[in-house]
Amino acid sequence: MRVPERTAAVLAWARRNLFSSPLNALLTLLGLWLLWLVVPPLLQWLWLQADFVGSSREDCRGDGACWVFVRVHLDQFLYGFYPPAERWRVNLGIALLLVPALPLLIPPLRRFRRVWLLALLAYPPVAWWLFHGGLGLSVVDTGLWGGLFLTLVIAATGMAAALPLGLLLALGRRSRLPVVRATATVFIEFWRGVPLITVLFMASVMLPLFLPSGLSLDKLLRALIGVALFAGAYMAEVIRGGLQGVPAGQYEAAQALGLSYWQQMRLVIVPQALRMVVPGIVNVFIALFKETSLVLIIGLFDLLGVVQAAVTNPDWLGFVLEGYVFAAAVFWAFCYGMSRISRRLERRPDMKAQEQQEMA
Amino acid sequence: MTEQTTAVRFEHVDKWFGQLHVLQDINLEVARGERIVICGPSGSGKSTLIRCCNGLEPYQRGRIVVNGIELTENRRTVEQVRRQVGMVFQQFNLFPHLTVLENCTLAPIWVRKMPRAEAEELAMEYLRRVRIPDKAHSYPGQLSGGQQQRVAIARALCMQPRIMLFDEPTSALDPEMISEVLDAMVELAESGMTMLCVTHEMGFAREVADRIVFMDGGRIVEQSPTAQFFAAPQTERARQFLGQILAR
Ligand SMILES: Nc1ncnc2c1ncn2[C@@H]1O[C@H](COP(=O)(O)OP(=O)(O)OP(=O)(O)O)[C@@H](O)[C@H]1O
Ligand SMILES: [Mg+2]
Repeated sequence: MRVPERTAAVLAWARRNLFSSPLNALLTLLGLWLLWLVVPPLLQWLWLQADFVGSSREDCRGDGACWVFVRVHLDQFLYGFYPPAERWRVNLGIALLLVPALPLLIPPLRRFRRVWLLALLAYPPVAWWLFHGGLGLSVVDTGLWGGLFLTLVIAATGMAAALPLGLLLALGRRSRLPVVRATATVFIEFWRGVPLITVLFMASVMLPLFLPSGLSLDKLLRALIGVALFAGAYMAEVIRGGLQGVPAGQYEAAQALGLSYWQQMRLVIVPQALRMVVPGIVNVFIALFKETSLVLIIGLFDLLGVVQAAVTNPDWLGFVLEGYVFAAAVFWAFCYGMSRISRRLERRPDMKAQEQQEMA
Repeated sequence: MTEQTTAVRFEHVDKWFGQLHVLQDINLEVARGERIVICGPSGSGKSTLIRCCNGLEPYQRGRIVVNGIELTENRRTVEQVRRQVGMVFQQFNLFPHLTVLENCTLAPIWVRKMPRAEAEELAMEYLRRVRIPDKAHSYPGQLSGGQQQRVAIARALCMQPRIMLFDEPTSALDPEMISEVLDAMVELAESGMTMLCVTHEMGFAREVADRIVFMDGGRIVEQSPTAQFFAAPQTERARQFLGQILAR
C-alpha cells in the first residue's frame, strides 16, 4: 500500500508545482530537455569514461577526462615547490588553524574567551615560523611556496588583515575629528579606485624603488601588504554600512550608561554592525579568495598559477580542461564553504535579535 | 536649596537646534528624592530638556548642575554625571546582541569595574524587582515590549544611579503592557529615587509626582505641586492641555 501512496503524493506534488499551468508545464519540459542535453555527456566525461589510475599520459585511453593528470600533479597543485620532506609543516600549520576556530564550532567552549584570543594572536607568528622556518626548522624560501597553500596564505592574510583594518577605517570615516575623517576617506577611496592588478604591480615593481637600497622586502610580503590594504578598503565600506545601520538609540543608550567612546564601539556598536553585514563581509572574503590568483602576474604561483604551469608542461600537453576544472572545483568548494558558514552565522539567535526587536 | 540637597539644577539654560530655539531660559531645581513629571504638547522640548540632564544633548547658554557636578563639554565630567544618572527611553534601546543579563551587567562591569559575579548578582536582584528574573538568559528580541521596558529599567538601576530619567517610557507600549511598567516605576518612586519623568500618564503623575512641570514652545510655562496643578492650573495653556489629555 505504501509505495503507490507515495507515488501518488509525488504525482500530486508535481502537478501542483511543475505542471500547474500550460506555461509552467512548457518550462518544466524545456528544463528537463536541457538537463537531458547537458547532464549525460558531462557525466560521461567527468566520470564514466574518465581515467583515474595510472602515472603517465599513456594511461589515459578513454574518451573522458584524464584525472591521472591531476593525480600526478596533485602535490604540486597543493604545495607548489615546497620541499616534499617539509610539507608536514604546511599540513600542521593549516591544521593548527582549528585551534582558534574551536569556539566557533563548539559553543560551550566560548566561555574561555581569553584562551581563544591568545590562540588567535599567537597563530600568525607560529604559522609563519612553521611555514618559513628558522629557529631549528630549515628555512623554506617564500619563492618556493605555491599552489593551494599559497592561495590560502594570501587569502587568509588578506581576510585577517582586512577586518581590523576595515573596522578602523570605517570608524575613522565616521569620526568627528576632521583630520581622522579625511585621512580615512582618502585612504579608502584611493585603494578602492585602483584595480588589484595595479596594486600588485606597484607592490612588486614600484615599492622597491622607494625602499632604501640595503632593504629588500620579500616579494610575497609585498603582495600580502598590497592585498591587505586593498581588501581593507573594501571591508571598510561594508562595515561602514553596518555602522550606519545601528539605530541612534543604541548609541544613546550606551552613552547614557556612561560607557566611553571606545567601550561604546567595542561592546555595543561594532558587534551589532558586524552582525548586520555578515553577508557583505563574506562577499568581500569570497571575492578576495578568487582574486588571489592575480598574484600570478607578479610571478607567484598560487593554485591557478601552478595549474597553468602544469598544463603547459610539454610532457602533459592537452589536459587544459582537466586542469581548469580541477582548479575551479577547488575554488568553488572553498567559496561555497564560506557562504555556508555565513548562512549558519546569520541563523544564530543572538544574530537575529536585531530585526525582531525593531519589529516590536 | 544647597548643593547637598539639590539633584538637578538648570540656571537660565538656552539651547538651539540650528535656528530653532528649543529650550528658552529654563530654570528648574529638583531636590534629592523629589519626583518630577514633565508634560506638555508635542515638540515643546520635553525630551530635549531631559536629555540635557545627562549630556546627551549639549546646551549653549546657562548652567546645568547635576549632583554638584556642572555639566560642561568636558568628556570626563559628562561621563562622571552619566555614572550617577540612569535613563529609560521610549524605544527601550536594549542591546539586541546581548542577553537580558548581559544588558544589565555591561555597564557595571566595564564602567564601575565590578567583578562579573557580583554584577550578575546585582542584576538578578534588580530583575527580580521588576519581576522578570526568569528572562535573564533571553535575548531582547524574544521579549514583549513591556518586558523589554522593565529590563531597560533594571539595566539603568544596575548602575545604582542617584537620579533616574524617563522619556515617555510607556508611549511605545500596547495598552495592556503599560501598567506593568508603571507599577515598576511606582515602586521605584516609593524607594525614594529622584525621578524626572516625561510622560502623559496623568494617573501615574497624580500618584507619584511631587511636582508637575508643564512645558510649551521651549519654555517652562508652569511648575506647581501635583495636587495644585490638577486642581487649578495657573495658565490657560496648561488648562487647555489638561482638558485635552484628560478627555482622552
Ligand atoms: N536633533 C534635532 N535636530 C533638530 N531639531 C530637533 C532635534 N531634536 C528635536 N528637534 C526639534 O526640537 C523641538 C523639541 O523636540 P523634543 O523632542 O524635545 O520635543 P518633545 O516635547 O519631546 O516632543 P514629543 O512629545 O513629540 O516627544 C521639536 O520641534 C523638534 O522638531
Ligand atoms: Mg519627546
